[in-house]
Amino acid sequence: MPLPIAQLAVVLALCSALLPPLFYRFRHLYKTLAFILLGLAGISAVFAGASALILRQAEQIILPVGLPWLRSHFALDPLAGFFLAIVGLITSVVAFYGPAYCREYEEDGQPLPPLTIFSGLFVSGMFLLTLAADAFSFMVSWELMSISSYFLVVYQHHRAENRSAAFIYLLMAQVGGLCILLGFGVLAGFGGGFAFSAMASAQLSPGWETIAFLLAFVGFGMKAGVVPLHVWLPQAHPVAPSHISALMSGVMLKVAVYGFIRFSYSLLGNFHWQWGVLVLIVGAASALLGVLYALMQHDLKRLLAYHSVENIGIIYIGLGLSMIFAGTGHPSLAALGLVAALYHCLNHALFKSLLFLGAGAVLQRSKQHDMEKMGGLIHRMPFTAGCFLIGCISISALPPFNGFVSEWLTFQAALQGPVLESGVLGSLIPVAAAVLALTGALAAACFVKVFGVVFLGLPRSVQAAAAVEASYGMRFAQAVLALCCLGFGVMPTWTVGVLSGISELLLHQGLPEATASGGLWLTPISPAAASYGAPMVLLGLALAWLITWLWFHPQRRRTPTRIAPPWDCGFGPLNARMQYTATAFSMPIRRIFSPVWPHKEELLPADAEQPERYSLQVGDWAWQKIYLPLGQLLLAAAKRAAMIQGGNIRVYLAYSFFTLLFILWVLV
Amino acid sequence: MNGWLLALLQTGLMIAAAPLLSGWVKWCKCIFQNRQGAAPWQPYRDLGKLFRKEVVVAANASPIFRIAPYIVFSVTALACSVIPLVATGLPTSALADVIVLVGFFALGRFFLALAGMDIGTAFGGMGSSREMTISSLAEPAMLLAVFTLAMSVSSTNLSTMISTLLLRPFQLYPSFIFAAMGLVLVALAETGRIPVDNPATHLELTMIHEAMILEYCGRHLALMEWAAMIKLLLYSVLLVNLFVPWGIATSLTPMLIMSATLLLLGKLLLLGFALAAAESGLAKMRLFRVPQLLGLAFILSLLGMLSHVILEVR
Repeated sequence: MPLPIAQLAVVLALCSALLPPLFYRFRHLYKTLAFILLGLAGISAVFAGASALILRQAEQIILPVGLPWLRSHFALDPLAGFFLAIVGLITSVVAFYGPAYCREYEEDGQPLPPLTIFSGLFVSGMFLLTLAADAFSFMVSWELMSISSYFLVVYQHHRAENRSAAFIYLLMAQVGGLCILLGFGVLAGFGGGFAFSAMASAQLSPGWETIAFLLAFVGFGMKAGVVPLHVWLPQAHPVAPSHISALMSGVMLKVAVYGFIRFSYSLLGNFHWQWGVLVLIVGAASALLGVLYALMQHDLKRLLAYHSVENIGIIYIGLGLSMIFAGTGHPSLAALGLVAALYHCLNHALFKSLLFLGAGAVLQRSKQHDMEKMGGLIHRMPFTAGCFLIGCISISALPPFNGFVSEWLTFQAALQGPVLESGVLGSLIPVAAAVLALTGALAAACFVKVFGVVFLGLPRSVQAAAAVEASYGMRFAQAVLALCCLGFGVMPTWTVGVLSGISELLLHQGLPEATASGGLWLTPISPAAASYGAPMVLLGLALAWLITWLWFHPQRRRTPTRIAPPWDCGFGPLNARMQYTATAFSMPIRRIFSPVWPHKEELLPADAEQPERYSLQVGDWAWQKIYLPLGQLLLAAAKRAAMIQGGNIRVYLAYSFFTLLFILWVLV
Repeated sequence: MNGWLLALLQTGLMIAAAPLLSGWVKWCKCIFQNRQGAAPWQPYRDLGKLFRKEVVVAANASPIFRIAPYIVFSVTALACSVIPLVATGLPTSALADVIVLVGFFALGRFFLALAGMDIGTAFGGMGSSREMTISSLAEPAMLLAVFTLAMSVSSTNLSTMISTLLLRPFQLYPSFIFAAMGLVLVALAETGRIPVDNPATHLELTMIHEAMILEYCGRHLALMEWAAMIKLLLYSVLLVNLFVPWGIATSLTPMLIMSATLLLLGKLLLLGFALAAAESGLAKMRLFRVPQLLGLAFILSLLGMLSHVILEVR
């Protein structure tokens, strides 16, 4: 019965969007009720998705809506169920977080109805997208998702940067949507129908297959934010409300990955290993550049947005490995790569949403976007700090949390590279593993910076010193996600067992070995080749801690800890400006990898108001070398084309006349 | 059951013996520098002194500062149980493979660096920044080096790796030589030895590890120092057992374990001697020369991996 419950989720989300127009006068009613409905929608989506995934069953329904000659197909199989569950989980958590967070907008006098309406539409668009089983309803839900998220990004439209960020987002979303539409067009043209079942049976020549794949790669990649199609992401995510950022970064990017997996695995199916190489290279580039750019940011949410680029890159590395192995006839290794990628989708949704929610709480309480003005928040927001720390550990891929498991699985897939016949491929894959290793290490450095600068040390501004702990709903939402991060890190065997159902569906090959050694051990290839006992590791850590702690206990009672002011070398008290800043922390890395960023470093001379000061601006090469020239080219072309606008009515009449003549000539 | 007991014993032994290796290196260094060194068991006296001292914590320290020594120490202790010391096939070695081991080191370092930033002094932040920079270059080089071995024996489990290597006839693999060179450089950087960091320094411009733990005293400092000593022993054992595995016990008979322990002791003393010789002969590098060293380690490991894929697979 999962599919009716999924339909219920869609209806509930749509209802939450419809509340403000229906009850416009009763603000308090729709304000809370909308979030309750959204939460219920999320929970039912989790239930529907998880049961479809665990029971491994597929259901289909054809609704009598849509085009006259095409009814809407909706289906729920394990793949759709997995992503539906991710969307639902984050949505329900956000529903707890939202009410308290939106209070701030109310105090600022921002109207709530647009936020409520478009949040509901956005979520229902994502639900529908995972359920869609024909190209038409897929594209309608895709655009519902894109356009409603545009309105969410532009919510605080009185700020110029929000408007420009939202415009770039909309533009790129539309270009991406066009590519996906063309990709579906290729499949529908050969398959003779818009339903996914017809498309999957299409017989394509390798050339057309590659064209369709490339169109889908660009289209979905633009939404997922792979390098160099990522430029909208670091602009749009920081300006959206934080719980929407959590949805966009944690979930919407995953939905794009879902589209890519659905298109290439279940509709195209027949892999060429060259596609895998493309996906692998783009993924590795995204991972490395994403984390390097993130290191240089000191706007907290922009930094997190660049980390989304990194994590999408890691997911694409897994997918690329899977495609290469599938294209060269190693289905069990292809299943390993796919499961690693899917696992990382789940993990990234969890920890990135957690970090965005934490960042939102910090932003709301300290009134600062800039990390250089925060500091010492662990003393004033201990609960948020604890959850954020778990998010930082997870995203840095450290055991025993969840981010580590999926990167470990990706490493295991990459280490099987030598089974390939081709020497070039065999040596390309280890290089991808090296990039992944570098990415993980740099991410750890970046999150030491984030946590150290935001939560530790002394407060760097008056507002940060006056911050208070987030409200209960916000804390609860973060706690749920933090527990999920730990849970999926400690129970990898169960998760991999469930996920192998998806690879059985898509590749007709599961991962029987991974769960063969019992629930405690994760052995993706064989117990001798690699094993990871996550629960045992957690137990070992706890035991080691306990023994050390007990060992010191008598002494701790004998000589209690003395609290004293920190040593200041005898020069008077330390102040917040003596601490390392975020810019200073990442300076050695900036110096080592300096060609990676276009940056301008200068000393501004002293003037009447301020003393001499240091300024550093870090840009994005993709923006400066690809998008700005492209934009200028477009503007110049538009200027040329504007020449035909003479402003003279006779000229326009002549245009109409010749157009008519041309149409007649074509038609007759 | 025997295996678990032995694993526990081995872990305890590694933790207990770690200060001896540090003391031995210091003692050898003194010989090289024509000084009269303290006895090799001096680190035990130092640790004992620190354990008895009063703990002073800065007023604005957060809980992170207080729990970090315990986390760093317990993660390092757990890492000890994963590495095959004198025998392969212990049940704890299935707990974690070499990637998880690198993850353990990274987890410890994560908290060490956070603790450095906690008080809000310039030294701590400086140390954390440098440590994370250096480790973010060293960690991939280390992973690449061990991946070379892992691909060669098609396993990432340390125990399986060593026992497979033992079964092979002795051959000089070019990939192993590159990987060994890379791993030695990484080990120097990760354990804070001389061309990268100076364990004996308190000069503000040069220190990395010492800068992070500058605010610690008493038992907290003792735990941090001890964890650093264990880390040195861990890297030494890893190098010795991966590249010179002969003599390690492949079954759990008392005779074999006895001889393996003695052999390992000899190897470690030799390695400590070599380390002391290298530290006496080399000067500490400028901080911004270190990336070149680690870049070299990375390239060596990459060469090892490529030479494995190109020369040795077929």
